[in-house]
Amino acid sequence: MGVINFEELFESKLAKNDIIEPKDWMPDNYRKHLIRQISQHAHSEIVGMLPEGNWITRAPSLRAKLVLLAKVQDEGGHGLYLYTAAESLGTSRDEMLDALLTGKAKYSSIFNYPTLTWADVGAVGWLVDGAAIMNQVMLQRTSYGPYARAMVRICKEESFHQRQGYEIMTHLAFGTPAQKEMAQDALNRWWYPTLMMFGPPDVESPNSENAIKWRIKRETNDELRQRFVNQTMPQITYLGLTAPDKNLKWNEAKNGYDFSEPDWTEFKAVIKGNGPCNKERLASRNKSHSEGAWVREAATAYAKKQNEKYEAA
Amino acid sequence: MSKDSQGPLWEVFVQKKSGQPFVHCGNLHAYDKEMALQNARDLYTRRGEGMALWVVPSSAIVSSSPEDMGSFFEPANDKIYRHPTFYQIPDGVGHM
Repeated sequence: MGVINFEELFESKLAKNDIIEPKDWMPDNYRKHLIRQISQHAHSEIVGMLPEGNWITRAPSLRAKLVLLAKVQDEGGHGLYLYTAAESLGTSRDEMLDALLTGKAKYSSIFNYPTLTWADVGAVGWLVDGAAIMNQVMLQRTSYGPYARAMVRICKEESFHQRQGYEIMTHLAFGTPAQKEMAQDALNRWWYPTLMMFGPPDVESPNSENAIKWRIKRETNDELRQRFVNQTMPQITYLGLTAPDKNLKWNEAKNGYDFSEPDWTEFKAVIKGNGPCNKERLASRNKSHSEGAWVREAATAYAKKQNEKYEAA
Repeated sequence: MSKDSQGPLWEVFVQKKSGQPFVHCGNLHAYDKEMALQNARDLYTRRGEGMALWVVPSSAIVSSSPEDMGSFFEPANDKIYRHPTFYQIPDGVGHM
């Protein structure tokens, strides 16, 4: 048996659609790209609990409250699946948390927008989770095993999230004129930030090329964005609402909708930390982390004591 | 060992129904075994995915390495007589 050329082996696995596992050889840049993407994805789930958590105590019924609690708990779980997937690449939970808490790490720009009314909780479930699902369905077939497996579990759980959001929207859209207005207002405010979730246009997306080459992503930002608009339009029409875009119209030739691009200057500003809620989100995470310090310390001390007892016996 | 303040890593195995094998479903951080079991319940069985759980410290798992995958599993490759299809059953003896 000759010397194994690891790079060739890696390339041939990708070519065959084989999955890369933690102990397999992989190029440093593939590893770095994944650590960045998976940890950002994990941070997004955790920070994503905040805008909705904001409404748990004010949900309009016990049923709505139970549903929202379950959804926010799911998001926390999704963050945990993703953190351990990233850890399998050699980073630690502490490093990732530190990067989030100090503002070094990015997370999805969408969670820096405020949830002002109950309709926003509906719009977040319907549009934001809907957009996330579109991305995550693709990622179920990503080339890195632990990431793909986390995505399969996440997608199973997310479909409830989108449906509960749409249910809130239907109640409001078919309710009183004031409720319908509230639903329209939420759609107006969440439409463009949701379109931004798919990332910058393909021509300006710095990480897309490698992500496609390594089969981390299988579709481009623009392809996913187009599919999202196509899928969402009938849902808007059913509600009797209007997307806040005068250029939005069916284009028979491309078998899809034409639509306006979101304001990419705003996107960049939010990513850089200047969105409406960036500071608030980071402050909440930091508060929660430092207020939980005593729990981590007590649990560590207890585990140590139990181990000593066990070893002495 | 990383000096993670989140406690050590545990691997989680779920049994879907009684009688079925335990299948690996993921991992989590916890400070001790009780907490690992409770976290596993909260994280991996929120929708009736299982009726029994194992949690195992990840550091206790020993695994084969992908580099010697070929030679490690090679001994099985030339032993086709371990498969039932290797043998011919005469016509007329019925199901075997």
